[in-house]
Amino acid sequence: MTEPQFERQVDRSHMQVSDEVAIQIENMNKWYGQFHVLRDIDLTVQRGERIVIAGPSGSGKSTLIRCINRLEEHQAGKIVVDGIELTNDLKNIDKVRREVGMVFQHFNLFPHLTILENLTLAPIWVRKTPKKEAEATAMHYLEKVKIPEQADKYPGQLSGGQQQRVAIARSLCMKPRIMLFDEPTSALDPEMIKEVLDTMIELAEEGMTMLCVTHEMGFAQAVANRVIFMADGQIVEQNNPHDFFNNPKSERTQQFLSQILGH
Amino acid sequence: MSDTQAHSVAYVRDTMLPQQPAPAGQSGAVQWLRENLFSGWLNTLLTLLGVALIYTLVMHFLPWFLHGVWDANSIKECRTIITDRYGEGATGACWAVIRERWHQFIFGFYPPELYWRPILTFLLLFVAVGPLLFTWVPRVLAWFTPVYPFLAVWLLWGGSGWTPVMIFAGFVLGAAILLLLSPRLGSIMAFSIGAFVAILYFLFVVGPLIGGLQAILPWGLESVDSAKFGGFLLAITLGVGGIMMSLPLGIVLALGRQSDMPLVKGFSVVFIEFIRGVPLITLLFVASLLLNYFLPPGTNFDIILRVMILVTFFAAAYIAEVIRGGLAALPRGQYEAADALGLDYWKAQRLIILPQALKISIPGIVSTFIGMFKDTTLVVFVGLFDPLKGIPDFIRADFNWKGIYWEPFIFVGAIFFILNFAMSRYSMSLERRLQRDNH
Repeated sequence: MTEPQFERQVDRSHMQVSDEVAIQIENMNKWYGQFHVLRDIDLTVQRGERIVIAGPSGSGKSTLIRCINRLEEHQAGKIVVDGIELTNDLKNIDKVRREVGMVFQHFNLFPHLTILENLTLAPIWVRKTPKKEAEATAMHYLEKVKIPEQADKYPGQLSGGQQQRVAIARSLCMKPRIMLFDEPTSALDPEMIKEVLDTMIELAEEGMTMLCVTHEMGFAQAVANRVIFMADGQIVEQNNPHDFFNNPKSERTQQFLSQILGH
Repeated sequence: MSDTQAHSVAYVRDTMLPQQPAPAGQSGAVQWLRENLFSGWLNTLLTLLGVALIYTLVMHFLPWFLHGVWDANSIKECRTIITDRYGEGATGACWAVIRERWHQFIFGFYPPELYWRPILTFLLLFVAVGPLLFTWVPRVLAWFTPVYPFLAVWLLWGGSGWTPVMIFAGFVLGAAILLLLSPRLGSIMAFSIGAFVAILYFLFVVGPLIGGLQAILPWGLESVDSAKFGGFLLAITLGVGGIMMSLPLGIVLALGRQSDMPLVKGFSVVFIEFIRGVPLITLLFVASLLLNYFLPPGTNFDIILRVMILVTFFAAAYIAEVIRGGLAALPRGQYEAADALGLDYWKAQRLIILPQALKISIPGIVSTFIGMFKDTTLVVFVGLFDPLKGIPDFIRADFNWKGIYWEPFIFVGAIFFILNFAMSRYSMSLERRLQRDNH
């Protein structure tokens, strides 16, 4: 099996996995009506881990990370994020959502607000940050994703790659401890994928805890410390990227890898 | 050329082509006429028929308009003048009725020496809605907007000056309780307590309080009874009141219909479907007749207020459905992004969902407003003097103007057209202003 390649040099000096548990999922099950989408999921994420979740479409990988900030409700088992258990208690849900940032496949920027307003909205209304301070933070992150000059434009005026970088900056403005990425590059043109992946790599280099659903195996190879393969709502295999790509154990994984890498 | 072709399956362009203007000669009046009016034998025929129809109509009405008489004191005088000027059998409009009775079309039977009060109310309306409608109006004026409804009611109906002040104070009281308690008890609980205290205040405290204050320090305006309202004063009072109250109520009903709470959802659905299922006239009869049976004897529940409430309900049900369409048009991702950022339900609605849903719903909302404004003329059926039938019928009852027919309709229709056309144009300009987000 050929290893996927990624041309960028990744600085691993700050990528340290600590003993502290960031996310603990035990025996979690979820159904859509009668359809059993997630089956007996057990997953522990340490602080500082970069986990890539791969798998065929319909395998439940997006649903899994959407359960972590309660965009989807699980019916059985336990999810603890940052020491807070996710139950029907709205206060806990809000607390978790404040600590967990999420980036979506279709960016989901707010089209009626400028880029700067998109970034300052949650800090001002949720964290009660003063407007001036929120704007300074927003400009800081816009510079980080390299589009400070777009601050006063509206999302519709930006390219897909720029919009996704704004979406990442918007999440970062809430100073999250964990970032979830739900297929962040799947809706982008090939030439724009790289700029978004570069931003994500920079984030990983700073030691952010990341869970990332993606088909970008080069990114997994370069950044992840663990790759999880899901099929039919279950975790089929997980391993470090080197062994995952060179020596996949399960037949499903081998089949999947040969399909997405073997061309 | 064929030579290069043969050699160059692989090809590299060495210069990029600049943009060029589109071919000329694709415009002009004659071109337009030929393309749009005479593009085939059928279209030519239809064009000629249309021209003939317009010609006949204009030839029929134009003399009537041109023969119009402004300077007469009765319809008989009008007819004599027209016969004198244009010969036996000539027709003409008798605009004199408008000249003599315009004040009744506008103000109904409002005492003429108090006309300044409705006029002032009307002018202040623009001050009050300016900050909401136009970006160039100074923001400072926005403080006047919540004060205006109370001031307007007082100016129109008169009475003790303490009434609007103390009723306004009741709303301030409720709002203050909401703001003070919501950080500690949550918004729903705080809202319930605030509303409860305010209702208690309105039921038991406000009446004696106003009476007492009036006894100590009397001030106010001469009272004008609701029966004196009529014409456009009545139509605009009902229309503006209905519009101001039906939009918030419609938003609440639209959100209620989407709610996860069965009680809220059920109430919203039943309310919307019931109101939409019943003709407005039925509701107006409810306002004028039925409510009298249900209310305790001796209560004086003003007829205009009753009608305004039911007109509001009627418009709100339609607006709720229009807004529901706007809510449904928003991608799920907007809700998810708001949730993922930790915004609670009300903040997400106020900051993310409603601004977008309302923008989508503008044409439908304004249509509903225009429809409602025109429907205010239906109050003639519960004995109020609307400008379209109530006032003209009253004028026709005068011996001098017996038999006058088209002129009031044209005059009233023209005013309705101006007001509704202005609303329609405003909504189009608002849509253009909000078009910046080309997502």
